[in-house]
Amino acid sequence: MPTFVYMTRCDGCGQCVDICPSDIMHIDKGLRRAYNIEPNMCWECYSCVKACPHHAIDVRGYADFAPLGHSVRVHRDEEKGTIAWRIKFRNGKKDMELLAPITTKPWGTCIPQLSEAAAPANDMRNSQLLFNEPKYVRMDEGGLHTLESNGLEIKEGVQY
Amino acid sequence: MGYKTIIEDDIDILVAGAGLGGTGAAFEARYWGKDKKIVIAEKANIDRSGAVAQGLYAINCYMGTRFGENNPEDHVRYARIDLMGMVREDLAFDMARHVDSAVHQFEEWGLPIMRNTKTGAYLREGRWQIMIHGESYKPIVAEAAKKSADKVFNRVCVTHLLMDESKENRVAGAVGFNVRTGNYHVFKSKTVICGAGGASNIFKPRSVGEGAGRVWYAPWSSGSAYGLMIEAGAKMTQMENRIVLARFKDGYGPVGAYFLHLKTYTQNAYGEEYESKWFPALQEMVGKEYLDPEVSHRTHRPIPTCLRNHAIINEVNAGRGPIHMVTMEAFQDPHLEEIGWHNFLGMTVGQAVLWAATDVDPKYENPELTTSEPYVMGSHATGCGAWCSGPEDVSPDEYFWGYNRMTTIEGLFGAGDAVGGTPHAFSSGSFTEGRLAAKAACKYIDDGKAAGIRVTDAQINRRREEIYKPMETYRVYSNEVVAGSVNPNFINPRQGLDRLQKLMDEYCGGFGVNYMTNDKLLHIGLKKMAILGEDLDMVAASDVHELLRAWELKHRFLTSESVFQHTLFRKETRWPGYYYRGDAMKLDDANWHVLTVSRRDPKTGEYTMEKAPLYHLVGDVEKKPAE
Ligand SMILES: Cc1cc2nc3c(=O)[nH]c(=O)nc-3n(C[C@H](O)[C@H](O)[C@H](O)COP(=O)(O)OP(=O)(O)OC[C@H]3O[C@@H](n4cnc5c(N)ncnc54)[C@H](O)[C@@H]3O)c2cc1C
Ligand code: SF4
Ligand code: SF4
Repeated sequence: MPTFVYMTRCDGCGQCVDICPSDIMHIDKGLRRAYNIEPNMCWECYSCVKACPHHAIDVRGYADFAPLGHSVRVHRDEEKGTIAWRIKFRNGKKDMELLAPITTKPWGTCIPQLSEAAAPANDMRNSQLLFNEPKYVRMDEGGLHTLESNGLEIKEGVQY
Repeated sequence: MGYKTIIEDDIDILVAGAGLGGTGAAFEARYWGKDKKIVIAEKANIDRSGAVAQGLYAINCYMGTRFGENNPEDHVRYARIDLMGMVREDLAFDMARHVDSAVHQFEEWGLPIMRNTKTGAYLREGRWQIMIHGESYKPIVAEAAKKSADKVFNRVCVTHLLMDESKENRVAGAVGFNVRTGNYHVFKSKTVICGAGGASNIFKPRSVGEGAGRVWYAPWSSGSAYGLMIEAGAKMTQMENRIVLARFKDGYGPVGAYFLHLKTYTQNAYGEEYESKWFPALQEMVGKEYLDPEVSHRTHRPIPTCLRNHAIINEVNAGRGPIHMVTMEAFQDPHLEEIGWHNFLGMTVGQAVLWAATDVDPKYENPELTTSEPYVMGSHATGCGAWCSGPEDVSPDEYFWGYNRMTTIEGLFGAGDAVGGTPHAFSSGSFTEGRLAAKAACKYIDDGKAAGIRVTDAQINRRREEIYKPMETYRVYSNEVVAGSVNPNFINPRQGLDRLQKLMDEYCGGFGVNYMTNDKLLHIGLKKMAILGEDLDMVAASDVHELLRAWELKHRFLTSESVFQHTLFRKETRWPGYYYRGDAMKLDDANWHVLTVSRRDPKTGEYTMEKAPLYHLVGDVEKKPAE
């Protein structure tokens, strides 16, 4: 749903501008605050909403099919590794809080620096293997699947 | 215009577009190319770009060989049936045999993958899908790409590939502009891995006005992977194979977890099962080999996605719409109810917003489903994309020319939506394809294939002029009128997009005509496309942001033209439910059990079409008993 920004909460930090995949969160030069310049190219992806340190961005359902009066709010916390949602229905009958993990590891620490990994040997280069394979494919019987190992042929013609 | 020209020289591997395919490519390239210069050019911010920007709640392609679940050839057979036979099975097999290793790494990097507490295996949504808490899927793979790349250029929209001037048909890098500063960026590179993604918004969407951004595939999926490669003269395949999705109405929330995990099902407005009654006539259209409900009932054999759409479309046309998803049973279980909501929050928040806004509580009301406008992409239940070489140990001669995932342009590789004939790759398969392309690109360089590349200033300057022309057009003509957006000399990008979408809808089989077209309509459409093409020379941009929209439109246009050409060429109805050729309503295996391959001549813009043989994996017997 297209985003909008609350005047009193935005301090113009630009985090939303930095993240929006559609390039539609821009800073208004006069007001020095952010706003959605092109609501009909907004995917309600919530990237900006999650990124705003002041919770200044909210969404209001697309005018062509969503009535007023609902709310879906979010708080994403990289340190805790969680995301918390609150969904409120228009008629007030439903008010849900949902929590989900976003990572199981301290942020960014468990991704290898491949420039420091041991260089691949020549036979590996000439094989079909990728980094850390076959270990990471974890074929219990060993290597990577091939036509031969799986008893396959590749044949021209009609086959169902 | 005072924009700077910024040249990045001596690049070995340029990743153009870093979504799931591009991040996989950048990550893996460092392993095979320790000393290589790896650069990413991405039009948004790599942390939240592409189709996975808002996250995913499932990884839809995982074999689980380690848990004794599936073998790669099982997946190939599944994709073959789902796509009515039209799959590059060498590429699909190759992707499937590597995909588990990508997923296992994601888990190690911190992506929360749910487990089946009884078996210890990943929690399955369906035979191929596993469930994840994937809100941060994209930031996590972005982290991996950033660790491997020498430089990441965010907010650079790549507009064209650079071509080598010493050897014909060899790539030499790419150019584009920064969508914030406006600066011109030149990337001179020995290889390019194109990961610029599929296309939304080329057929008129069902949403209107403010809601036009509510599309199933992201509105920023501008078909740039296709636009870039087509413009450079790469051969494309299966571009007619657009996809129509059956999704929750308006919000386009995903249905996979609902069908597979929550075990919800569909019925018509009167509470009746409707699918089976359309199948006998449909079987006459496509043949028993492709639709055999009895066999599907007994075994794993799926009913192809398009054929299920066909039943929905016809039931609605018969006056018994809307189709409902029966959620009221499953949602009585609070655990399943929670999963139902999480599923949206993790990947299509807008659906949750819509239900909150319209007071749809699926516990007490069965929500509506609809069929979407068509999309052009290559990693879901569809396989549009470039004609690429397969791996040497699998591919037959017709499918092999030296380097895995290399297009017909030397040094130009593809990953994800960019690669044709590889449906059902999804996020994990796209990432895997990026890795495969990266290894092959390193080998291409090490083999000396990129020696002696030459790019003249003339080429660089010509592209510069072309890129900024929409701003120049605006500058020259905008003051001729008092104010407003109506100008006799130009159209703005939105106006051009509206025209394109209407044209595609009416002549190429959009939702507005019930996905129907024929040779006459296609010919008229192509004529109108040619004129739109002329008008796009006069598209105007008032600022750099609009310049981004102008170039997205041009990429969408090239994609659309190719879809038109392919749809015209394949004279049969191969995928009822995706689109229909009214002049050839039957599936025709005698003439069309082939892949369609096109090439647009970069100099003349003329298309040539050819048929390529279809090879299938045979000799295998399904080892696992039916579930
Ligand atoms: C709503 C939805 C639900 C989905 N559900 C699932 C699911 O449950 N499980 C699953 O596995 N998969 C799912 N998918 C599919 C998955 O997202 C795609 O298969 C995958 O992202 C394709 O990868 P890609 O790299 O080809 O494209 P993308 O990931 O879209 O990446 C393309 C990249 O190119 C960039 N780009 C585009 N144009 C340019 C340009 N001109 N210059 C520079 N950069 C450019 C984009 O910004 C983006 O970063 C879903 C997709 C959607 C939209
Ligand atoms: S992130 Fe929030 S506070 Fe910062 S500019 Fe955007 S809306 Fe304003
Ligand atoms: S919701 Fe997504 S598309 Fe819309 S403004 Fe925010 S970041 Fe951009």
